Amino acid sequence: MAICTGCSLLCEDIELTVKDGAISHVRNLCRKGHGHYQGLLTQRARPMIDGEEVALDQAIAKAAEVLHGSKAPLLCGWSNTTLEAQAAGMSIAKKLGASICDTSPPCLGTLMERIISGSAPTCTLDDVRNFADVSVFWGSDPSNSHPRHLSRFSYYPRGEKRQKSYEEERTCIAVDVRKSATATLCSNYYFRVQPGGDGEFIESILATLDGKIPKFGEKKRMIELGTILRKAEYGVIFPGPGMLYSLQNKLELFETLLAKLNEIATFKVVPMVERFNSRGYYQLLHGPGNSLAAAAKGCDAALVIGSDPLAELPLATARALARVPLIVIDPHRSLTVDAASVVIPSAISGMEAGGTALRTDGVKISFEPIIESDLPSDEQILARILEAI
Amino acid sequence: MVSAMEIYMLLPKTNCKKCGLPTCMAFAVGLLSREKKIDECPPLIEEKKYEAKLKKLREVMAPLETASETGLIIHPEKCFGCGNCVVACPVNVAAEPTRCGVGLGPQGDKVILRVEDGVVICNNLKECRRFGPNKVLCNACTATCPSKAIEFV
Repeated sequence: MAICTGCSLLCEDIELTVKDGAISHVRNLCRKGHGHYQGLLTQRARPMIDGEEVALDQAIAKAAEVLHGSKAPLLCGWSNTTLEAQAAGMSIAKKLGASICDTSPPCLGTLMERIISGSAPTCTLDDVRNFADVSVFWGSDPSNSHPRHLSRFSYYPRGEKRQKSYEEERTCIAVDVRKSATATLCSNYYFRVQPGGDGEFIESILATLDGKIPKFGEKKRMIELGTILRKAEYGVIFPGPGMLYSLQNKLELFETLLAKLNEIATFKVVPMVERFNSRGYYQLLHGPGNSLAAAAKGCDAALVIGSDPLAELPLATARALARVPLIVIDPHRSLTVDAASVVIPSAISGMEAGGTALRTDGVKISFEPIIESDLPSDEQILARILEAI
Repeated sequence: MVSAMEIYMLLPKTNCKKCGLPTCMAFAVGLLSREKKIDECPPLIEEKKYEAKLKKLREVMAPLETASETGLIIHPEKCFGCGNCVVACPVNVAAEPTRCGVGLGPQGDKVILRVEDGVVICNNLKECRRFGPNKVLCNACTATCPSKAIEFV
């Protein structure tokens, strides 16, 4: 049995057959997880300084030197690495006085802070499987982002109090700007919102819950949605990046909706984070985190770990980051690795290196290495950098 | 997936009864359920004026030949490997209630559907509720597929 680190569900029932140091056959792993491992094994990173291949020790020493000589270092990434490595990263940030941020959507930090501090009610995904009867996917498409979400937790499995499952007892609602793969499964309960119109949509739901006629959207459909939510015994909302980007600084609206729903029934929030240990990063950070866009403009050197910011971030932020010397710790080749001054290859977490991570709902999951590797893990590399600075 | 009406449009539509069935529409339904074969329609094979129709009909019927005994066709290129069908299949749940029943991947070999190397594969077809003469038209696996990777003929 192995743990998949392809997304934040950290599936624990993967059966692998390893042959000649590679995975030859695998069961129960979704296409995304399968692609994740196949991709990592194909193009491995090599230790490099300014485009020239060097020994691993030299690369680590150079990384420590660059960080030590920097006045405003930035440590970014962190969502695709273990809790132990994140803790080591926080120690480095403390010692250097560096700013630390991740590459998630800007308002995810605020939502995570509310959930972790307990001001937004939350539950584990096992509770969702056992008790939930209404699942709302808002601005998220788990069929593509977390392929096994519906089959393991939120819709299809039979739970303690939900033995008849999707056939009779569960309702799945999708709120999205387009008819996603998940929305096709929800059939009649797909509600389209205009891009940026999530705030209006929330106001409409609030109006229907108060027994008023909604101002925005199709009135009949909104009243139908209000009735489903009102009748729910145990509802769960899964807010995804679509909703967070749309609401931006108006997250209070969502909290108002949540408070209103909890007056009528039990409603919980489980975030849909993309990377396997984003949740762990926020849990260790105890706060909403810094804005990467501002930090990238003000830094003079950056350490990137567990992410590919140059490929993922908006162009202005990526350009600002690309102009400073980059130190990248990554198991495989990416755009950021290609542009980096110092590259330190690491073992793949969950495959070549063990550790612990937090699932999207905050459950701690430990994993062991499956394949032996000579490369050090993220945690070992950061510990060596911490010693050297 | 091709429909009986589309097949009917490619037949001679003369209701000549040479195939043993009363109408061409009945023959189209027979072709779709794979009880009849294209060669059993003599005018279509023998008469030259139907040549273009015959060619088109063979093209349309080609994907049906890959279907299993229950009429199940899996398109691996479309599959997400999400496992919705694995968990929803009533036979899978009966075979492994503590695994498939609660959303985990199956361990044994008694199940019909399971995910291997990132895509769904089909085994033990004889256990399927659509197998044999007393079949039930169960559609748990097709109705739960987000990408239409599973189809029945």
